[in-house]
Amino acid sequence: MAKTLAEKILSEKSQGDARSGDIVVAQVDLVFVQDTTGPLTIDEFRKLGFERLANPKKTFLFLDHAAPSPNHQLSSDHIKLRQFARQFGCRLYDVGDGVCHQVVAESLARPGDVIVGADSHTVTTGALGSLATGMGSSDVAVILGLGKTWFRVPETIRVVVSGDFKAGVSAKDLSLHLIGRLGADGATYKALEFGGDTVDRMSLSGRLTIANMAVEAGAKLGLLPSDEITRDYLASQGRAEHYRPLSPDAKASYEQRISIDAADLEPTVSRPHTVDNTAPARELKGIKIQQVFIGTCTSGRLEDLAVAADILRGKQHHRDTRLIVAPASRRVLLEAIAAGHIQTLAQAGAVILPPGCGPCLGLHQGVLGRGEACLSTANRNFKGRMGSPEAFIYLASPATAAATALTGEITDPREVL
Amino acid sequence: MLRGRAFKFGDDISTDHIAPGRLAHLRSNLPELARHVLEDADVTFASRVKAGDFIVAGGNFGLGSSREHAPLIIKLAGVSAILAKSVARIFFRNAINLGLPVLICDTDRIDDGDELEIDLAAGAIVDRTNGKELAFDKIPPVMLAILNEGGLIPYIKKYGGFRL
Ligand code: SF4
Repeated sequence: MAKTLAEKILSEKSQGDARSGDIVVAQVDLVFVQDTTGPLTIDEFRKLGFERLANPKKTFLFLDHAAPSPNHQLSSDHIKLRQFARQFGCRLYDVGDGVCHQVVAESLARPGDVIVGADSHTVTTGALGSLATGMGSSDVAVILGLGKTWFRVPETIRVVVSGDFKAGVSAKDLSLHLIGRLGADGATYKALEFGGDTVDRMSLSGRLTIANMAVEAGAKLGLLPSDEITRDYLASQGRAEHYRPLSPDAKASYEQRISIDAADLEPTVSRPHTVDNTAPARELKGIKIQQVFIGTCTSGRLEDLAVAADILRGKQHHRDTRLIVAPASRRVLLEAIAAGHIQTLAQAGAVILPPGCGPCLGLHQGVLGRGEACLSTANRNFKGRMGSPEAFIYLASPATAAATALTGEITDPREVL
Repeated sequence: MLRGRAFKFGDDISTDHIAPGRLAHLRSNLPELARHVLEDADVTFASRVKAGDFIVAGGNFGLGSSREHAPLIIKLAGVSAILAKSVARIFFRNAINLGLPVLICDTDRIDDGDELEIDLAAGAIVDRTNGKELAFDKIPPVMLAILNEGGLIPYIKKYGGFRL
């Protein structure tokens, strides 16, 4: 029988015939926690009485959300994670290495892997054809000890994108458009599987953006095929041997099909306080922005910084709008330095933060005050997420963010290209 | 039988409303974090909620982060069950894993402050204030088995793995 990507991978990893709606117990190939969910996971792992990790070589800890730590309580959490890594013989990526999802994409995820992280944006590496999803601390603690967990094989919504993006439009706009169309719960419990000629040509960077945002429509998975672009990406990260081709069967059965013509899309913005509250950037002209943030696991990669640098080259950010940039990983930072983007952005007045989550979740490094508005390239704009519950968060692409930093108000990047 | 008052909330109450990231430094001090539960949706909730009370929400409750601290501090605040029109996936799993029931039902039929009685085994909710009865969706069997053991940790300790 023809299978979706989710059915294929879960069949392989549960050694059975997994069909949407089935409950299966599957092997987990890679498991990780980060610094805000890890400490509770460790407590629960200890409560379970496990004496060793099921798979220490495939267990990872990341210090990325509060990196470096802004206060002593979070420093204590970091100490706890470092001690756990030493005691149980697993690898810890320390402050400055980058956001977990970006590092997993660069260095760890393989097509066809089942990946579970104690972070909702674990869906990101669905971009490489991994079955990757987020779970809470209890579930992850059990996976640390047993190396497996239960899954409900999800129904799949097939999203087919065709045609070329217009100038100034990118994968981020596609994601925001799709979530606006589906609604913030439009894909709850389901897999979003992407295909079509636009996706076939899309860089891994763009693919990571659309897989990352699948969870903002409630989806459990954002899946893409593993193809030649995946192969080249893995080779560029020095791990060509991890490549295997993977695609859904042509006759797989889908719960729903959505077609999108890339040429119809325009720069899109999510307004406060839900991601599905979208509008074209041009309709929001005049809304003043005090902080522009470019970064995160959604849009903090080399391509994203390059787009921003191109728009800001030789110019200055608006004096009432501070500009904050956080590369998604150390590798991105180094490549952006080598390419000159960091120089360009710093000359335009940007504050360059260490690789990590930066201000994305309101912990440090750009916390919003009462009444302030931020335009961010992240994935969530919930009330209170970046600081004051009386602040406002708009989400957009790196191009829209850079254009907005120049003018001080929400700006369609086509106005400055 | 669960008994308590209904605290009503709207749609799309996220994990940031429940346990905001800016309070991440309190995650290793759960009683303190619980004093801020749902602060960004209703600042008075934490001081008014009593043991046994219910959260009665609209659609897509618990969307957002995988942080288990969100259902954990709801439970620590004394809430005995969450009723919602729909619930986000990770939050649903997390709540059940902590032994906190999440019941999907038509919450429009319940008003803020109503006295409720819930019989989990019978699948019935009785609103003592308006006299209405309503049913909730069946909890999937694997999750019900975990809930019946009081959560995932007691379940795994008892069975040593998943028994489907
Ligand atoms: S960058 Fe933002 S969304 Fe991504 S893992 Fe960090 S906090 Fe979460």
